[in-house]
Amino acid sequence: MTFPPGTFTPAPGRGGLLRMLWAQARTEAVLTLRNGEQVLLTVLIPLALLVALAKMSVLPVPEPRVGSAVARVLALAVISSAFTGQAIALGFDRRYGVLKRLAATALPRWLLVAGRVAAAFAVVAVQVVLLAGAALLLGWDLPTPAGALWAVLLLVLGTLAFGALGVLLGGALRAEVVLALANIVWVVLLLVGGVALGVADLPGWLSSVVGLLPSAALAEGLHAAVVDGSAPALRHVLVLLGWGVAAAALATRTTRLD
Amino acid sequence: MTMVGLTPPRRWCGHALGSAVVSPHPQHPAVEVSGLVKRYGSVVAVNGLDLTLERGAVLALLGPNGAGKTTTVEVCEGFRRADGGEVRVLGLDPRSPLLRPRIGVMPQGGGGYPGVRADEMLRLVAACAAHPHDPAWLLDVLGLTGVGRTPYKRLSGGQQQRLSLACALVGRPELVFLDEPTAGMDPQARRLVWDLVAALRADGVSVLLTTHLMDEAEALADRVVIVDGGRVVAAGSPADLTAPHADEQQLRFRARPGLDLALLTDALPEGMRVREATRGGYLVEGRIDPQVVSTVTSWCAQQGVLAEELTVAKRSLEDVFLDLTGRELRS
Repeated sequence: MTFPPGTFTPAPGRGGLLRMLWAQARTEAVLTLRNGEQVLLTVLIPLALLVALAKMSVLPVPEPRVGSAVARVLALAVISSAFTGQAIALGFDRRYGVLKRLAATALPRWLLVAGRVAAAFAVVAVQVVLLAGAALLLGWDLPTPAGALWAVLLLVLGTLAFGALGVLLGGALRAEVVLALANIVWVVLLLVGGVALGVADLPGWLSSVVGLLPSAALAEGLHAAVVDGSAPALRHVLVLLGWGVAAAALATRTTRLD
Repeated sequence: MTMVGLTPPRRWCGHALGSAVVSPHPQHPAVEVSGLVKRYGSVVAVNGLDLTLERGAVLALLGPNGAGKTTTVEVCEGFRRADGGEVRVLGLDPRSPLLRPRIGVMPQGGGGYPGVRADEMLRLVAACAAHPHDPAWLLDVLGLTGVGRTPYKRLSGGQQQRLSLACALVGRPELVFLDEPTAGMDPQARRLVWDLVAALRADGVSVLLTTHLMDEAEALADRVVIVDGGRVVAAGSPADLTAPHADEQQLRFRARPGLDLALLTDALPEGMRVREATRGGYLVEGRIDPQVVSTVTSWCAQQGVLAEELTVAKRSLEDVFLDLTGRELRS
């Protein structure tokens, strides 16, 4: 093949920051929502749990049932996408060399992180809309405006904290190990992390430990916001912040491009 | 969903860019490495390596697997930190963020999100550049239009390599690093890569590539640097490296296998070596002059055999390479 002279004359330069951020966040969000396993994990399982908690009396759920179920299922949605889905995607992204590929472009490192965070928020927003829609069909009474605002802030904080934990796991280990661990942690948090069962329904010795987990803090904080319309307890915010800051600090040292 | 706003306008395509936007410091070589040392634990991967890539030239790092080629390139790309020595790329520290927009990188084994479509990946990388080539045009050039919507993990190895090359070129870089660019490619794709490298060179782009293919280095490079065990064992233009040293010429011919070579050895001048290198393929090494050729043909006549495919050749780059790096298979 021949090319006219001047075809490859250099004209280097960095793309606009917003355009790069948009392109990367959009790509990552679309990839998540297009991936069947991710949709199962982030949307279908939380939807099924919402129906189960709201309409079946298998698990103890305080009244109002639908509102309590929404709080717990929103927490699960964040854990599913920001932590488990994020970790697995990152593990395989590293395996397939995409981080190195992107790090070799003009994309600054901080923007690489910002794009991933923005994509995580976009996915959580889609989850919240779908789950809230389903909850309305199940007879959910919308929270007060103050409660809704607290819920949004908690969802943001929860997404950042679990996202940092997901990057910590997915950025350091082999893809298969990440896959296994991220799923195990998800099941454990679902069953005894204050999500499927409330912290109050766990045995005493366990409930004091579980109270320190970010899953329980997020679920209980969301319960206060969504059901009572009140601010989350300071301790829940501190637990989320503590896990998030510790995970992010550690992840900056352990995350590898490949 | 379509990528509205991310597709560069057509005017960026082809040769429409008349005036080159080149570096503000053209006096610096494209790549300057001196005394580079890189260790992984107790293993010394690169041990005092020097090389210089002039602007607009093509340099091939040639060496067996494990010679330190990829490590050297990754230090130049800013992916790894040198343990010793000096590395400047376009006059800058290789880890400088200012460098990134100016270089194009094709990492070994490519790179893409497992589920990303080929065209999405190229558009994403194009969005990181100020004046990218039209991604659709580049996909077409690399023969990837037909798999534009195929997820990355379902592309063949050669297709992933071609996409990776497209990603390296899409931002109109002034310097490109190609790590084993033709690995896993079929002969047609390989030829295309050679044409692309020639076109880049003609347009003033500097190219540093690694390969363990002699013909690739010989065909593409202005300068070949042969590395082994983390050191430079030879460097020069392909012509320099293969130049017939007076005593290092070869005469080859084919004849009936199993000829007794003792008489021929006696008839040839002192120091000439004769052997049956392959079955029926004879090799005479040393200073080949017309008298030697005559001696060989008359010896064949005495033996009553016809010497076929008689050639006098300079050493190939492969001979140079094998002489320098050894002929044994490495573990």
